[in-house]
Amino acid sequence: MPVEQQAIISVSGNVVQCRGAWTLSNLNDLERRIERLGWPTASEAICDVGEVTAMDTGGALLLQRIESDLVRMGKAVSVRGLKPEFAELVRMVQAKARLNHASPAQQAGWEKPPLQSVKIGTDGVIRALAFLGETTVAIGQSLLRPRLIRWRAMLRVVEFDGVRALPITGLLTFLVGVVIAYQGAEQLRKFGTNIFIVDLVGISLLREIAPLIVAILIAGRSGSAYAAEIGTMKVTEELDAVRTLGVSPINLLVLPRTFALVLTLPLLTVYADILGVFGGMLIASGQLNVSFAEFLDRFDEAVAVRHLLIGLAKAPFFAVIIALVGCYQGFQIRGGVDDVGRHTTISVVQSIFLVIVFDAVCSVVTSWWDL
Amino acid sequence: MTLTAPAGTPVIEVSHVSTKFGKAVVHQDVSLTINQGEVFVIAGGNGCGKSTLLREILGLTTPSSGTIRLFGIDSRQLDVSDGGAIHRRFGVMFQHGALFSSLTLAENVAVPLREHTNLRPKLIREIVEIKIAMVGLPPDSAGKYPNELSGGMRRRAALARAIVMDPELVFLDEPTAGLDPIIAAGFDDLVLSLKTHLGLTVVMVTHDLDSLWRISTRVAVLGDGRVLGIGTMQELSQSDDPIIREYFHGPRGRAAHEQAMWNQLKAGN
Repeated sequence: MPVEQQAIISVSGNVVQCRGAWTLSNLNDLERRIERLGWPTASEAICDVGEVTAMDTGGALLLQRIESDLVRMGKAVSVRGLKPEFAELVRMVQAKARLNHASPAQQAGWEKPPLQSVKIGTDGVIRALAFLGETTVAIGQSLLRPRLIRWRAMLRVVEFDGVRALPITGLLTFLVGVVIAYQGAEQLRKFGTNIFIVDLVGISLLREIAPLIVAILIAGRSGSAYAAEIGTMKVTEELDAVRTLGVSPINLLVLPRTFALVLTLPLLTVYADILGVFGGMLIASGQLNVSFAEFLDRFDEAVAVRHLLIGLAKAPFFAVIIALVGCYQGFQIRGGVDDVGRHTTISVVQSIFLVIVFDAVCSVVTSWWDL
Repeated sequence: MTLTAPAGTPVIEVSHVSTKFGKAVVHQDVSLTINQGEVFVIAGGNGCGKSTLLREILGLTTPSSGTIRLFGIDSRQLDVSDGGAIHRRFGVMFQHGALFSSLTLAENVAVPLREHTNLRPKLIREIVEIKIAMVGLPPDSAGKYPNELSGGMRRRAALARAIVMDPELVFLDEPTAGLDPIIAAGFDDLVLSLKTHLGLTVVMVTHDLDSLWRISTRVAVLGDGRVLGIGTMQELSQSDDPIIREYFHGPRGRAAHEQAMWNQLKAGN
């Protein structure tokens, strides 16, 4: 072990005395000491490094810096007592440092603005349209020739994104039904119109809330997974492998997911409708003395079938939005691992955004048509 | 490097290590010692447990039995809770680089310095620039992200990151696999020059017979979960073990040997 654990530098006369361990852990202190140092005034300076016990690249770099500082002040510098085991290192650092000074191009790596200008160009739109077009053609082809559909892959998606989503969607819509009924119960009791709880819960859930909740849940649960899966396949060159095998990635990856979601989302919505209404029903009987039988009687007359149908009709469109946005974002992943995370986030935000926009448009249109 | 014990003291001691994954036996009773200042190569066929042994030395996998000492410390105690005091003393270059894809090349190389030292940004930058130049990467590549680099450049960048702290010990996992012969030979030269400049001990896993002949001081050949032989390439090439013979005297092994002999002759003249 070294005798001297610190890196020391001092000036006496025209000699710069360097001692101790000139290694990474000491360099910060050393650098500060160098800054406070009064350099020798004579026109010739000698760096005595005979008592340097250890030196690494950083230490050699600082020695080199001292030398070049002195040279810049117009002094003739000589290094004395450099141990042979450090000589090689010092020589190399000097050579590389000169090389680096000669080419200022390396600045690029360091002084990049933290936020690179966000390029909102037309390429994004064009790429999205190209993807949409390619997918539409592929969907058309498979609908014309159903034998092309990959049923096995599709059923797997139905299982993962439909069947396994049952508990969470059920629980969530049940709770939403409970919440709506609770909030409505306060108001309705004031007016003594307890029975209208059925209209409130039934229409809002069937028509708007259940499809929306299911869509948002699936966007977070499955849309993000699509983006991450496809993106990872892209990073690991699996997509290229698929292409070179003569298989279209759209056919292999996008269509089964899209078809499966189009099938699954309406089914999940029906299931969510049932559990949501059940939640409302529980609260109605508990808080408003509306028995299950009364509730169901009223449900029959108050909630027209069209509310259910409008809700269910939206579900396949939500499904297409979620599947396509998820897959599209997956295909957009270019670089490495961090890109996967970024595009996964984008896919969720975009698909929820588009689902809600689509829902709003539907509301406006159906109210025009008095539905 | 300069702070360490004299040459010849063991840096790594693997004693009686056995590894099982379920019923699959990877190692049984593997022992070897790696000394200061060596270029030690762990060789052997695919699936003979070279990489597992490397991971065990690094403390990433725990052997089923036996002990591994790295700088005299049991590698099972190698964790990051001590602030990486041991981790500072070695650098690892993974097979595919394992560069952080969200950072530029220069930032990647700077990570160990940022984490383990209190140096000012300017000095960190200068050190990083030197290391980038040392591994033979052009200065303008500093700002590039890993996905913009070629495979060979990524390896070099990974090597720069491994040596940026001036460690005493560097692990290289198949550094030349998949590189073209010119770049691979350049890489061997690079490892040799770093060894002389920085006084490194190098532990390398490789299949590359040319590298074996050119830069190794000692080689351990693994096979059947055991160490089949340890020694210099000269010694091993005289071994009677059938697997070692096949490994070194197959058509590729012979060609590499002849090339090495030829190079020695040339160097001699």
